[in-house]
Amino acid sequence: MIIGEQKTLEEIKKLVADHDRILILGCGTCVTVCFAGGEKEVGILASSLRMATEIDNQEKVFDEATVQRQCEWEFLDAVEEEIQSHDLVLSMACGIGVQAIVERFPEARVAPAINTTFLGLPEEHGLWTERCAACGECILHLTAGICPIARCAKSMLNGPCGGSQGGECEIDPEVPCAWQLIYDRLKAQGRLDQMLEVMPARDWSTGRDGGPRKLVREDLRLQSQDHE
Amino acid sequence: MKSGSNLEQVLTEGHFAVTSEIGPPKGTSADFVRKTAEHLKNCCDAMNVTDNQTAIVRMSSLAACAILRQMGIDAVTQMVTRDRNRLAMQSDILGAVALGIRNLLCLSGDHQKFGNHPTAKNVYDVDSIQLAQMVKTMRDEGLFMSGDKISGEVPIFIGCAANPFADPFEFRVLRLAKKIRAGADFIQTQAVFDVPRFSAWMEMVRDEGLHEQTHILAGIIPMKSAGMARYMRKYVAGLMIPDDLVTRMEHAQDAKEEGIAIAVELIEQMRDIPGVRGVHIMAVAWEEVVPEIVERARLLPRPIV
Repeated sequence: MIIGEQKTLEEIKKLVADHDRILILGCGTCVTVCFAGGEKEVGILASSLRMATEIDNQEKVFDEATVQRQCEWEFLDAVEEEIQSHDLVLSMACGIGVQAIVERFPEARVAPAINTTFLGLPEEHGLWTERCAACGECILHLTAGICPIARCAKSMLNGPCGGSQGGECEIDPEVPCAWQLIYDRLKAQGRLDQMLEVMPARDWSTGRDGGPRKLVREDLRLQSQDHE
Repeated sequence: MKSGSNLEQVLTEGHFAVTSEIGPPKGTSADFVRKTAEHLKNCCDAMNVTDNQTAIVRMSSLAACAILRQMGIDAVTQMVTRDRNRLAMQSDILGAVALGIRNLLCLSGDHQKFGNHPTAKNVYDVDSIQLAQMVKTMRDEGLFMSGDKISGEVPIFIGCAANPFADPFEFRVLRLAKKIRAGADFIQTQAVFDVPRFSAWMEMVRDEGLHEQTHILAGIIPMKSAGMARYMRKYVAGLMIPDDLVTRMEHAQDAKEEGIAIAVELIEQMRDIPGVRGVHIMAVAWEEVVPEIVERARLLPRPIV
């Protein structure tokens, strides 16, 4: 899932500084699960901002709403009136949610209250780590199900590099070396030969390097056109 | 003087500057660089060397510029931010200065999609404006981007590109101002064919007083054939060629002669536009034609400064 992290209250206060009627809009999907921008966090942020602006003697209105998915227009349409009647939407969704609002309601002013950090999973309570770089061409079958693009600091395909020591990455002892993990798994499964082949330079055009990406599913498009 | 380069001196003394350009080989021949440079040597004040132009791998601009320096030519090293991060660029800039290179053109570069390694990762750690700013900090404050101190001087005349034919048109002047703020001492524009549009841009440049804050050299590309004119119009991003010029090329008895004549006319028109401080002639793979163009434009001999 998409992991997000709320910006500091100081930063958020600057985002709302020039506005009076602010709608704090949460999202019920990924950022709810990672406790960054769901209904509960919307409530806490609204209270914090009300208190903070009261102390600063500012008269601001902070209203609250949460939609099931900010990244889909039909869910946003349900709160159209709220969006239009505020002079700032403080979105607690990921960067996709923020842009979905802007595209659906061109007049709306929108600011992000969270940073979209990565695609990952919760390892423990309160600990999330990255798993996928959305590179567009999955090679997990070649790397024992551990992604070196997302989890190796150099995105190397023929690791581990010389900076791997005791299973730790050279950038930070808290970061496990992805290639150590791959090695351990392949060895245990008797598939170490897979690591002996030189993995060729990859095609990065399927990732961000190829420009903004889009996916067209003709089967689905035709179907929807038929309905119309 | 910021760099003491020949180009800087020519411009500072108020001469109408002429720069030219070579595309290095898709190979290892220093002789190719020398031979091409020999053609251009006496008809320009400084010579650009492109950096993996259109994202096709060639001999490095830095290496080819070092060869030009051995020939006593004032070199303009082009640097695109597509292929290098800030570490590589700063280290190449130190090396360039050590090799006697005094001019650097800061570019973002064509996307690798257009070249011969379309599956490559691009870098874009910094963009062209940030590169100019980085070089300025290195030169004026003696600091790396990190704030660490550099030993020795970094005398570089900083160049940037400008494209008056890209959109949004009104923003192009604001972006030029931004490049000047970042550090651009000189500007080489995209090739001009559409003179009215270029003039309109220059008028906006003058309104902002930008022509007095940087040296603007107008880009000139001599057309070799009608096919080339049509190809450039269709495929080269950010280039505008008016129909009447394409028609002229199509109807010409001698297309090459017509291409030269058009280039000479364009240079003369550029000279008449207030604020244009020189021309940058890009005749990649047709370098031998440049002396004739410069001579017919009555820009020979080049000033000795």
